[in-house]
Amino acid sequence: MIINHPLLGPRDAQEFTYLGDATLINRPYWLSENALRDFHDYLHLRDNPAGEHRELWFHEQGDRSWLVVTRNTVTHKISSVELACDVARANGRSTGREEAQVA
Amino acid sequence: MTQMNRLTGGLIDQSKPLNFSFDGTSYKGFAGDTLASALLANGVRLMGRSFKYHRPRGVVTAGSEEPNALVELRSGGRQEPNTRATVAELYDGFEANSQNRWPSLKHDMLAINDRFSNFLTAGFYYKTFMWPKAFWEKIYEPIIRNAAGLGSLTGEGDPDLYDKGFLHCDVLIIGAGPAGLMAALTAGRAGAQVVLADEDFRMGGRLNAETHHLGDMPGAEWAATAVAELASMDNVRLMTRSTVFGAYDHGVYGVLERVADHIATPAAGKPRQILWRVYSKRAILCAGSTERSIAFENNDRPGVMMAGAVRAYANRWAATPDQNIAIFTNNDDGHRTAADLIAKGVNVPAVIDIRPDAPKVVGAELLAGAQVIGSKGRLGLTEVTLRLASGEMRSISCGALAVSGGWNPNVHLTCHQRGRPKWNDALAAFVPGDDLPMGMTVAGAALGDLSTHGALAGGAKAAVAALGDLGMTAGIPILPKADDTPVKLTPFWHVAGKGRAWLDLQNDVTVKDVKLAHQENFVSVEHLKRYTTLGMATDQGKTSNMGALAVMAEMTGKSIPETGTTIFRPPYTPVSMGAMAGRAVGKEFHPTRLTPSHKWAAEQGAEFVEVGNWLRAQWFPRTGEDHWRQSVDREVTQTRNSVGICDVTTLGKIDVQGADAAEFLNKIYANAFAKLPVGKVRYGLMLREDGIAADDGTAARLAEDHFVVTTTTANAVTVYRNMEFARQCLWPDLDVQLISTTEAWAQYAVAGPNARKLLQKVVDAEFDLSNEAFPFMACGEITVCGGTRARLFRISFSGELAYEIAVPTRYGDGLIRALMAAGKEFDVTPYGTEALGVMRIEKGHAAGNELNGTTTALNLGLGRMVSTKKDCIGNVLSKRDGMNTEDALRLVGVRPVDAKDPVPAGSHLMAVTGPVDAGHDQGYVTSAAYSPTLGTAIGLAFVKGGAARMGERLRLANPLEGSEVLVEIVSAHFVDPEGEKLRG
Repeated sequence: MIINHPLLGPRDAQEFTYLGDATLINRPYWLSENALRDFHDYLHLRDNPAGEHRELWFHEQGDRSWLVVTRNTVTHKISSVELACDVARANGRSTGREEAQVA
Repeated sequence: MTQMNRLTGGLIDQSKPLNFSFDGTSYKGFAGDTLASALLANGVRLMGRSFKYHRPRGVVTAGSEEPNALVELRSGGRQEPNTRATVAELYDGFEANSQNRWPSLKHDMLAINDRFSNFLTAGFYYKTFMWPKAFWEKIYEPIIRNAAGLGSLTGEGDPDLYDKGFLHCDVLIIGAGPAGLMAALTAGRAGAQVVLADEDFRMGGRLNAETHHLGDMPGAEWAATAVAELASMDNVRLMTRSTVFGAYDHGVYGVLERVADHIATPAAGKPRQILWRVYSKRAILCAGSTERSIAFENNDRPGVMMAGAVRAYANRWAATPDQNIAIFTNNDDGHRTAADLIAKGVNVPAVIDIRPDAPKVVGAELLAGAQVIGSKGRLGLTEVTLRLASGEMRSISCGALAVSGGWNPNVHLTCHQRGRPKWNDALAAFVPGDDLPMGMTVAGAALGDLSTHGALAGGAKAAVAALGDLGMTAGIPILPKADDTPVKLTPFWHVAGKGRAWLDLQNDVTVKDVKLAHQENFVSVEHLKRYTTLGMATDQGKTSNMGALAVMAEMTGKSIPETGTTIFRPPYTPVSMGAMAGRAVGKEFHPTRLTPSHKWAAEQGAEFVEVGNWLRAQWFPRTGEDHWRQSVDREVTQTRNSVGICDVTTLGKIDVQGADAAEFLNKIYANAFAKLPVGKVRYGLMLREDGIAADDGTAARLAEDHFVVTTTTANAVTVYRNMEFARQCLWPDLDVQLISTTEAWAQYAVAGPNARKLLQKVVDAEFDLSNEAFPFMACGEITVCGGTRARLFRISFSGELAYEIAVPTRYGDGLIRALMAAGKEFDVTPYGTEALGVMRIEKGHAAGNELNGTTTALNLGLGRMVSTKKDCIGNVLSKRDGMNTEDALRLVGVRPVDAKDPVPAGSHLMAVTGPVDAGHDQGYVTSAAYSPTLGTAIGLAFVKGGAARMGERLRLANPLEGSEVLVEIVSAHFVDPEGEKLRG
């Protein structure tokens, strides 16, 4: 596969390490009322779609960026590649200090 | 021996004779021959034995689809089994042997299988070898294994080199027949970067096998002219002997180039084969088509061949399987073989066409509406039996029968991304479906355009379209005038009859087997394939799948498209393991990482051990030490009594910088780092998010905004990866940057009571190493040896007064020599990983054996390190009830009651009396060593309820080796439990 790195352009998938579902970005708040349940679900419950899947890839043999790759698991067609830090910010993540305030 | 079946002409060079041998007999062929064409020219039809029944077999095709003529080439380390004689190019001194026969090809003992064919039908494994059960392992399996397989290997190492290569192009064109050549000319003339790959050693495809003209030139001549033009273009790369064997994701193709298979040995330093990875923006599949057979009783005799192949041998190789060749066909293409053979002077006794309205034939008798119902000739065809249109029987004497059942487009690569071919009624064949691999188009016969004109036009059109996609403009060239006759064919798959009619020649699957599978209710083609093994041989059923599908459709009363088809997967033709491995063999299987002191350690005669990719010194034997334990015990004792030095460069080092560096470390370590003062080091434990211990190490604060984190050697890569995940994905706005500096710093542990004295001789005088100025867990940036930049950490894995000193890697060799020279007066010893391990077990420090992916901070006795005041990876789930029970496993030490007893690592702890089983398991030993300090074996163990059981006796059980040892539970800190030495 070829992953079109947002900073480096098209790179062979062999340069990357695969992690999995991009929902791993959405780590729960540790002091929330249902923290144990939230962390259980965060860590263990995943969708396994036959189709579009947003997933985390690490450019280990490259610039060490974590990427969110939207890939069709049936055809391997990749429809978008984003920097994971941008996705994380868009999901409301910042320094961790904000979590206590939201809660 | 004379070449009795050699004709005139052809594309071989009859002025260049070559000597070769087959099964020890010497023959002559010509430059341009394949083994198959040369054997046919020499009158040899018998080339192999079939897989299951050991039936005598000859060559059937003239290309890579060959199911029968598999041979062993070369000898010694270069011996290569299962090579198709049809693609093996002849060279002088070429050596080949038949396979799957004993004692000889003509007299094969296992041919007895053929007599028992009634018992060896589809599924016979499943039915026959079921009982008695005890027979399987001792009797059935050895017999089957002995009989299975075709060729053999010598077991010697392959002396040749294999390479890997990478190519990038605008358009990859697969196949250099008329469609591929025209596509390449079109794209090449437009300036595109083109790769044209063909499995053959001569480009042109069927143009080399036919007598058609293109414009005023014979086809082969036109092809040679086109190739010459392409060769003159800088933007076109021509790859002959190069099989595109797989279509992978996103326009990536695997290509095997056989650089030196056609010569006896590769030129010095040159590879035998190259495995290319081709990155293409567009690909045009021009893979042509494969002729299919018509099944009839005993249609597997040597001499029964595909009509197109017989034509190819006659036209290209000036070889014929016999001087009397009958034709059996259901389509007009079979008639071409008759015409070409007659033109070459070969006698054609009859053209047997199943169609009552077959076209007229000149120069041979036409038997329209007739069918071949049987054949004779044990080791080669002598006669075919026919049923004429009138119903009368007739026999015809002939040494070969050229059969044509029509042509199947080579859709294989269109299926490699699970694309499904679709049925074309006009061709009675499957053509490429709509779901092609990304960027691929198909042209020519592979698409179902079976005429020469259709191929030329299709190739040009596909190239124009592909370039258009890429924003380039190409014009449709003027095409030479070429044959454009439509295909006339009456689908016909097998002749009705009671005898065995072969479909899959390589795996010995007959029409009867398919019928049997149907009777036994195998309704899906996928099940049919697996039950009968149809199409599962090395040829993936290129010549057989269609026939079997047709029989299956007939049995079920469905049409062929309703019956469905299996699809193909890579590789298109077999790829050798050597090519897959490339240069990554032997020592080069993985990279070897050497520590900065490696050269010095090798000079000392160190024994090395592989730790991941690293080579680390395991121990340093001295004169007179002939057992590793002597060296290790001495290294431990000398270190504990004076001073020792160990290269610890392999530990992972991660530089953490930024205003939020401390806050970041708080999140990735279970324990707190925010308040660690500058100039101090702290032990840190990392958890996985599920609360299990992941790794441990130290973090040294060199400045407010600068830490150096160490990891274990094994986890250096994953810890760094996880830290980057935390930084980028979880807390993207923290002001922190990471970089791995594992290879940037050479680092040595200097341990023992004289460590300070030794270091003072190396560290520059302005740095005060006194216990007051530089106490336990201090760190700082210093200089050594008169101004060389260094870092010093007062940390101890051995339990001794110890330091780790780091210098930029390029000074690592210099530093070890300086340290050893300075330590001479203290009788310093270098120590390896074994002594390192012994000392950490004596001190009760956890390592990889204890952080084994199942243990928690609580198990390790570090439960209180998990801060409750801050968030960190793994914090929440480490609080799960099940991981915090009173009787949870705890890390303890074990000591044999009898000091002479061993402590076998991995043993399980049981009560002193009672059963030894999983139900009574109380824990297990993770690490064990002989402690020269204590004079006895010791171990670290996880025991239920650990700390409360000090002094208790338990039994160490090792049921695998039948040993039991009585041990006492003791503190894991065997040596200096108060830590006085390391603080001194």
